[in-house]
Amino acid sequence: MPHAQLWIVDLVNAILGPPVVALLEAAGFHPDHHHPIPDYLVMVLLIVAFLTVLSLIVRSRLSVENPSRFQIVMEDAISAIVGLLEQWIGPKGRQFLPLIGTFGFFILLGNYMGLIPGLMAPTSNINVTLGCALTTWVYYHIQGVKAQGLWNYVKHFAVPPGAPVWMAPIMVIIETISHLSRVMSLSLRLFGNIFGEELVIIILFSIIPFLVPLPMMLLGLITGGLQAFIFVLLSIIYLQGAVAVEHHADEHGHDAPHGHHAPAAA
Amino acid sequence: MSTRSVLTLALIVAAGASAPVFAQPETQAAATTFPPDMVRWSIITAGFALAFAAGFGALGQGRAISAASEAIARNPGAAGDIRGALILGLVLIESLVIYVLLISLILFFIRPFE
Repeated sequence: MPHAQLWIVDLVNAILGPPVVALLEAAGFHPDHHHPIPDYLVMVLLIVAFLTVLSLIVRSRLSVENPSRFQIVMEDAISAIVGLLEQWIGPKGRQFLPLIGTFGFFILLGNYMGLIPGLMAPTSNINVTLGCALTTWVYYHIQGVKAQGLWNYVKHFAVPPGAPVWMAPIMVIIETISHLSRVMSLSLRLFGNIFGEELVIIILFSIIPFLVPLPMMLLGLITGGLQAFIFVLLSIIYLQGAVAVEHHADEHGHDAPHGHHAPAAA
Repeated sequence: MSTRSVLTLALIVAAGASAPVFAQPETQAAATTFPPDMVRWSIITAGFALAFAAGFGALGQGRAISAASEAIARNPGAAGDIRGALILGLVLIESLVIYVLLISLILFFIRPFE
């Protein structure tokens, strides 16, 4: 919980502050006049700008014969996400790469930003993680309706494959709660991990501000990567549950890629 | 660029520009009064809750890790799959501890019963 304002937040507020305040006043809100743009929003904008510029630079230097070292790293990262998608969802999993890959990079950078002096982790704010979780949630429902049709998709809430029809009244309630809790678990897991880790580092800094917080920061490095991976993995599992249900109703016995023994992750 | 992509881009920019509207803090609600001991007991409860959650969460994770490492020792060929399932399971166990941590943090810092 950094109370002092970061210089980059001050800078952005000094530049963009007055027009934002004017807009908000016109819309009927009364913001804090010194810092109308909160720090996590500045950090998010920073990540967006960084990723956009980075992608444009990489794209302008793409080459097949003579790939740069950085291009190879990016290709590996992308193909890791594609491999995950195809392992869980199957050959049509590649179409979900834009959103899932963006989430992966965004959350990874967001987690690691907190370790750089002068910046803070935007994912240690509940608004950012809730935004990510809600986007995933809406997206996988839309994809489910698209893949199965509205009626079939709603029907699999009431009668999941393998469940008897008479259980439908109970299953509707259970499935609704489990789907709603996915938003909570996705957002709170990321938020709690990053926020708790930052809190521990700050507390250790306030006790002994030299060398002692370093192991915690190493732990933060591991946690940040793991949480980004987990967010991506759970998004893919939810997508798989929404998209590929009719898949193994049609061709049971067929060797479905991994999806059969997917744990019912909530 | 087609008209559609320009419109989509404009929509995204508009949504991004209106983000500070949603980021403004709420005005304070009227305060209700709680018994004077409430804060103290809520903090004691939060500490014990976190201790229990961490203890049993560690127990569960330890069981998962021991089972996974035994499985890998018996069948090293399946190490990749087992590791994936292990990490997923560990994170799902850990998130329960994180929920308790968040509740404790709310009780420690925000103090809803003050």
